[in-house]
Amino acid sequence: MNTERVMNGTDKDLQGPREFVSMTVADQLFGIPVLTVQDVLGEQRITRVPLSPPEVAGTLNLRGRIVTAIDMRRRLRLPPRAPSQSAMNVVVDRGGELYSLIVDAVGEVLSLAPELFERNPPTLDPGWREVSTGVYRLQHELMVVLDVERLLDIRRAEAA
Amino acid sequence: MDDLLREFLTESTESLAMLDVELVKLEQNPNDPDLLSNIFRLVHTIKGTCGFLGLPRLETVAHAAENVLGKLRDGELEVTADIVSVILASLDRIKLLLASLEQTEAEPPGDDKDLIERLDAIAEGREVPTKPASAPAATSAAMPPAAEPPAAPADTAAQAPAVRADTAGQTSEHHAAASEQAPARASEGAVAHESAVAAQTIRVNVDLLENLMTMVSELVLTRNQLLQILRSQKDSEFAAPLQRLNLVTSELQEGVMKTRMQPIGNAWAKLPRMVRDLAHELGKKIELRMQGAETELDRQVLELIKDPLTHLVRNCADHGLESPEERRRAGKSETGRITLDAFHEGGQIIIEISDDGRGLQIDKIKAKAIANGLATEAEIASMTDQQIAQFIFKPGFSTAAQVTNVSGRGVGMDVVRTNIEKIGGTIELRTKAGQGTSFFIKIPLTLAIVSALIVEAGGERFAIPQISVIELVRATANSDHQIEHINGAPFLRLRNRLLPLVNLQDLLRIGTTDAKKADEAFIVVTQVGKHTFGIIVDRVFDTEEIVVKPVAPILRDISMFAGNTILGDGSVIMILDPNGIAAAIGDVTMAQDHATETEKTHASAGDDRVALLLFRAGDATPKAVPLALVARLEEVDAAAIEMSNGKPVIQYRGKLMPLVTIDASYERKTSGRQPILVFADGPRSMGLLVDEIVDIVEDRMDVQLGTERPGLLGSAIIAGKATEIIDAGHYLTMAFDDWFSAHRKESVAPANKRVLLVDDSPFFRNLLTPLLSVAGYDVTSVESADKALALCEAGEEFDVIVSDIEMPGMSGFEFAETVRKGGRWQDTPIVALSSHTSPKDLDRGRRAGFVDYIAKLDRDALLNTLSQTIQARGAA
Repeated sequence: MNTERVMNGTDKDLQGPREFVSMTVADQLFGIPVLTVQDVLGEQRITRVPLSPPEVAGTLNLRGRIVTAIDMRRRLRLPPRAPSQSAMNVVVDRGGELYSLIVDAVGEVLSLAPELFERNPPTLDPGWREVSTGVYRLQHELMVVLDVERLLDIRRAEAA
Repeated sequence: MDDLLREFLTESTESLAMLDVELVKLEQNPNDPDLLSNIFRLVHTIKGTCGFLGLPRLETVAHAAENVLGKLRDGELEVTADIVSVILASLDRIKLLLASLEQTEAEPPGDDKDLIERLDAIAEGREVPTKPASAPAATSAAMPPAAEPPAAPADTAAQAPAVRADTAGQTSEHHAAASEQAPARASEGAVAHESAVAAQTIRVNVDLLENLMTMVSELVLTRNQLLQILRSQKDSEFAAPLQRLNLVTSELQEGVMKTRMQPIGNAWAKLPRMVRDLAHELGKKIELRMQGAETELDRQVLELIKDPLTHLVRNCADHGLESPEERRRAGKSETGRITLDAFHEGGQIIIEISDDGRGLQIDKIKAKAIANGLATEAEIASMTDQQIAQFIFKPGFSTAAQVTNVSGRGVGMDVVRTNIEKIGGTIELRTKAGQGTSFFIKIPLTLAIVSALIVEAGGERFAIPQISVIELVRATANSDHQIEHINGAPFLRLRNRLLPLVNLQDLLRIGTTDAKKADEAFIVVTQVGKHTFGIIVDRVFDTEEIVVKPVAPILRDISMFAGNTILGDGSVIMILDPNGIAAAIGDVTMAQDHATETEKTHASAGDDRVALLLFRAGDATPKAVPLALVARLEEVDAAAIEMSNGKPVIQYRGKLMPLVTIDASYERKTSGRQPILVFADGPRSMGLLVDEIVDIVEDRMDVQLGTERPGLLGSAIIAGKATEIIDAGHYLTMAFDDWFSAHRKESVAPANKRVLLVDDSPFFRNLLTPLLSVAGYDVTSVESADKALALCEAGEEFDVIVSDIEMPGMSGFEFAETVRKGGRWQDTPIVALSSHTSPKDLDRGRRAGFVDYIAKLDRDALLNTLSQTIQARGAA
């Protein structure tokens, strides 16, 4: 009963198609709500920040604003990027602060029907479940929807 | 128009606009305490400001309104529509008075008895007279009767021209004419009112400035790129326009930066007048000293500290300072002093506000804290005086028994603290009964522009705030300056002192170990408070003006960084926080804070900290010796120690150096490395064999337990552990029987003589304090003549004073003259210490009242003179 009510609640929130910016990290497709994305940039010069949490790749300059770059491979505990592999930056806003998610590639904006959405399957890696709200069943692959708020809550992730 | 008045008008108009809104809200939510406090504070501010501008009408109206609001806030009255109407009516009266002020720069004649009576009636809980607000206004001859209650803003505006006509001393005909004109000009008048105030200055949202700043930075970067391209292309037709663009961009950047920065003096501009008026009103003699007015602050920060500063100075004058008789009875000069001092320190702006008054009355605070339920008696009993003093920062706390016009309503200290904390600052307080109270406000530089040194370590660049950098030293393997290691810890010999070093790469855990092999390194000698240390970096670039931006929240835990910034080339760079580094390398900052907390009761005389070398020798108890006495630290091969005349010696720098052990039972190593502390004096040096050099710390050398054991001065708590302080003099005589006799036949110090050392240079204070301590004097050192005179006022006694001549503020000559003029120290001999010893100086020194004049680096002469001076005084 309880679970069902929660499910219904979620479904209600998801009425109508929703738009996501799709991106790949280590061949896995991820999506974040398009409205949270401020900017998409190519590879940037990044200044390392010593003593920072390992997920923090460093800082970069986005038109005069300092943006904290998060290495998504490290954040999702995926193997490090090969030196030859290019990277892209997806800049998001969290409480007035800008963060850049460093991913392998950024795809197109997808408009997805709620019927394709499914909550996190129980077998999903617990670390991923923490930062994901659910999964979309696309035609050829599955897209994991990331919760930017939780993704950037690195201190909590470290404590856990 | 007077700047002060103009600013007051702008501020008050804004406050009033806010008040209208807040009061209407209050009528709807009568029980919202935040709303009430807010309204109360706004009215309080208006009242306070008119008080010192000398606007009695405004002040009385605001005071009466504040009284009512205070009762509402404390729950003694309930919010009713009637009360709100009366308060709105008083606000309208205030507006009317302000309008007149703006036009004639004076308050209109007349009084506000009507309104005040009603306010007082409410405050006293009497029935509110139900007469409409406009009717009593008619009782004042100066006020034209208004047809409507003055709650309508248009009406207020309409009255303004009429009042102007009155004050201009016109006849009743004109008066009537003005009244007639008034309604027609109502809307026009309102517009005129606003534009007249706004014409002089434009208030711009700081966010807008921040955005402009960002855009300009972007423009600068683009310009830099263009210039780069231009350099690679000779004879480009773009050269001339680009050059112009370059200039314009630079000026634009400078201009935008300037819009954000203001000297703190701007926030102080009102204070002299306020203090003068307060002094007059309270019948006190007050001198206000302001130092560091040119210290630049971000204007946003400045705006936010203005009110707290005003409150603090007001409190100092009202509560802190005593009346002239009281001061005379306490043996102080009649004139009380309030000192404001602002400076940059360790990437922060520090503002110190102190008075030399009676200090906080701890007993009253205790009683009040218990009465207000802030703490139980048992809790209070376990608190130190300093902890108790902190209660004054609690909301609704005021110890003034009488509600005076000046302060003492329990707004103030809590507001001060809230406002300072809002901008990420801290406020501390130190008080000593009979000697005064000091507030220390620290404000972070989050928005300020600072000059920073750009360095590189481990392939990364970092900025170090220039303000904490003392000098740069280039260390190479074969030069005078080379980095030496003791048990892996790096040190540098710098002008006969050992400077503890920290490698930035290691500290930040960056870079690879092979980078360390570089035979060239740069040392950034850094000072944080009283601590000096060197930061080893790989390269040093230029200094740049940078805008400190706060780091992202997820990086805020890293104490090594004060912020980050974008350099001219567009790269992001981290700004090192010297405070954080100091804390990381020795926890010294923390230890210091703790020490000052517990030792504050005798802080005035004893907060001198000396660098101490900690080592172990013989037993496990840590031992310490003032670092300034140690010439060098060496590590020798134990096998190289030879015997001569039955005593161990070692060949050292082409000479035989005698070695001594900590005591007779000490067994020296026969193989391996033997650490040695080298003490040197002139051509002689000797070595003390030790087991291990532990650390260098800065701490107070407060010998708590004496000892009979030869070679020990006693025990003290150093770095949190009981530590034996060794008597270097003992070992010197062990090595050379004639060590003292050769040099200091006359310089053996008479026991327990107190010496006051006045020198602005921390270097000399650190050098001379241990030297004199070891020679047997009880040394107190201060960094300025003012501080020395404060000790005099505090009743400290000394046998001899040693003073530097060139000091910022009061010079040594002036100091000596002041002391000679009279007072407690009139007969205390003063010895001058200076780097200049020309006959002219000597002559001037004698005239100023110095008994002798010694070159700064001649320590033997100093010791001789001191002992002679004291003996001469004893004989006299």
